[in-house]
Amino acid sequence: MLNISPAPHIKSTISTKKIMWSVVAALMPSFVYSVSIFGVRVILLTLLSIISAVGTEYIFKKVTKREITISDGSAVITGILLAFNISPNSPWWLPVVGSAFAIFVVKEVFGGLGYNIFNPALAGRAFLMASWPGLMAGNWKAPASGTLSGLPLQAFDGIAQATPLTLLKAHSGASIAQSLNSTYMLKSLFFGNVGGCIGETSAILLLLGALYLFIRKYADWKISLGYIGSVFVFSGILYYLGQTPTIPLFHILSGGVMLGGLFMATDMVTSPVTVKGRWIFGIGGGIICVLIRIWGGYPEGVSYSILIMNMFVPLLDKISEKQIFGR
Amino acid sequence: MRLLTFKGGIHPHDYKEKSKNSQIKRISPPDFLYLHLSQHTGTPSQPIVEKKEEIKIGQKIAEASGKLSVPLHSPVNGTYMGTTTYPHPLGGMKEAIKIQVNKENTEPFKEKKRTKIKNLSKTELISIIKDSGIVGMGGAAFPTYFKLQVPPSKKIKDLIINGIECEPYLTSDYRLMIEKPEEIMKGVDIIRRIVRPKNVWIAIEANKPDALHALRETDSQFPWAQFITLKTKYPQGSEKQLIDAVTGREIPEGGLPFDASAYVQNIGTAFAIYEAVYLDKPLFERVVTLTGNVRHPSNFLTPIGTPFEYLIEISEGIIGKLSKIINGGPLMGIAQSRTEIPVLKGTTGILIQNKKEYIEKNPRPCIRCSACVDACPMKLLPTEINKYIEMDNLEKAKYLGVLSCMECGSCSYVCPANIPLTQQFKIAKNRITKENK
Repeated sequence: MLNISPAPHIKSTISTKKIMWSVVAALMPSFVYSVSIFGVRVILLTLLSIISAVGTEYIFKKVTKREITISDGSAVITGILLAFNISPNSPWWLPVVGSAFAIFVVKEVFGGLGYNIFNPALAGRAFLMASWPGLMAGNWKAPASGTLSGLPLQAFDGIAQATPLTLLKAHSGASIAQSLNSTYMLKSLFFGNVGGCIGETSAILLLLGALYLFIRKYADWKISLGYIGSVFVFSGILYYLGQTPTIPLFHILSGGVMLGGLFMATDMVTSPVTVKGRWIFGIGGGIICVLIRIWGGYPEGVSYSILIMNMFVPLLDKISEKQIFGR
Repeated sequence: MRLLTFKGGIHPHDYKEKSKNSQIKRISPPDFLYLHLSQHTGTPSQPIVEKKEEIKIGQKIAEASGKLSVPLHSPVNGTYMGTTTYPHPLGGMKEAIKIQVNKENTEPFKEKKRTKIKNLSKTELISIIKDSGIVGMGGAAFPTYFKLQVPPSKKIKDLIINGIECEPYLTSDYRLMIEKPEEIMKGVDIIRRIVRPKNVWIAIEANKPDALHALRETDSQFPWAQFITLKTKYPQGSEKQLIDAVTGREIPEGGLPFDASAYVQNIGTAFAIYEAVYLDKPLFERVVTLTGNVRHPSNFLTPIGTPFEYLIEISEGIIGKLSKIINGGPLMGIAQSRTEIPVLKGTTGILIQNKKEYIEKNPRPCIRCSACVDACPMKLLPTEINKYIEMDNLEKAKYLGVLSCMECGSCSYVCPANIPLTQQFKIAKNRITKENK
């Protein structure tokens, strides 16, 4: 019997599984580094988060009698990213609740992989943020051989209890600006010798992981450049206008801009499919992030900026729909 | 130097190494040939020979009928056995001429060197090309005489000779360029005299530098020729993409090449035109690449009407368990249900796949990775179109340009979720055209 299946008769070897597990691999340098500065508790929290995410998906598929798809790696990514978005000091149940919410409410209820509107890990973080603000924004831990703020202890009063972004939100004036804009500070942020969420501290390691995904084309650099670039440009303009005391370099290196811009905004399912749409998505997200940071109630605006842009994806996909060859 | 190309496309491994060094070899014909009356796009040819009549190689055995049609010529000395229904490579059973090959009389075709070619008028040249039964040799098999009649209102700025052969595995055009460069260029000269372009481009991809070199060797005789290397990318051999790559102009939606002041003809067609005009030899044989999992991948000079199974046999069979016999390349070729399918004028190659190769996998949900969007050479949004087809909203699929899809297979090739996009579009296109009737 001859096989008469339709063309094409060859296929690239890239599969959903391959893409997802590559993202997991790209997150590993940051994970290992986080364990080294925050301790073994990071392993516990991340593992619990993954188990909760994968377990929730498994139970959902089982109960609704659908094909079990946990091996595709997407739930593992959600688990890791959610853990990356909480404090290394968090109680054990926090990532469990967050990941279960992310997978059940944000992903599976919408139809599972490919159908969710919001990035599950980010929406899970937003849920935890609203439910346990104290645990999410006031329960930090200093890195093993550094300070929470990334500054030398004697630099500033009250420095021991604050991350760079909370310092920025709480204080204004020349002295804080000088410290936050110092080379010492920028170095701490770039290499990750600073307090913060599990996976957001080291800019260089996040960049390294993302670079691998860009080269393999498993993430689109245009979204990341749009996002981080617009945070840089927009905060630069506001710095110049005297609206923020810190320089743009501080803004892109601090908080979750790198983690969000490199790994969350580039989530394929929740970003546009067209080139134009992706630029607008990234740039728009960066602007919203700066708006929240400078004029909003929160010290950080990365999660909400991406979640807001997630909502515009169907609209952004429409932008290029008429650009057909020869039309 | 930055190489010219078009937007989108894919980079599959080309597997041309299997057959690229195999010289074109004339095969001795099988016992029977089956020449489909429907060799080309347009009305089938009309047989003009009596049953049991002895026929000679090159003799006209069927006449063009209707506006878009070409005659057929016998590839062998033999006996005309009448017509029969026979499996057609494009599907179904169609009427074909059966010829019993005379194994005693293997006298080859007598070439008649035509003189005073320079004095032939445009109309005379076109009529020679029509009488020789020439169709587009790149696969589409569109009657060449018809294509050459560019409406007087359309001026051709760029004539592009298509030496791209972008389908993986296939090497028939490549071998022709290596072995018959001067003949090809003489054929191009004829095309040039008919369509009167401002520029003549000989377009070849960067993976075939020796083909370019061979053609370029001849350029003292053909000073009008401009040789260009294009970036290796599928589907650059497609007319629309090639014109875009070379001239930067897009054929308007639903338009023809001359609407973009361009004219494209394939290398194989140029060679056939040379043979018709210079040697008075009609088109009754062609180079067919037999490749894939066969013991001896080859480029055969094959009589039209030769069953595929005969070619497989003379290349000493298949490696592994036979799975697919594909008429054409792996991206656009059609998998055949029977081994006795005959070679047509448009058969560029036959690809044999065994059971170990590409096994269809279950489709998974779209993860919106946009690989299909980036790959689509027609700048469509395959995943969006597919979404509407799945919702049975053909109106919206049409609005998103599904009719512009040329089924090149790029989207299906790249899709990490194994969604059969190309197949979906093919079905949707058929449904839309039927509804419009």
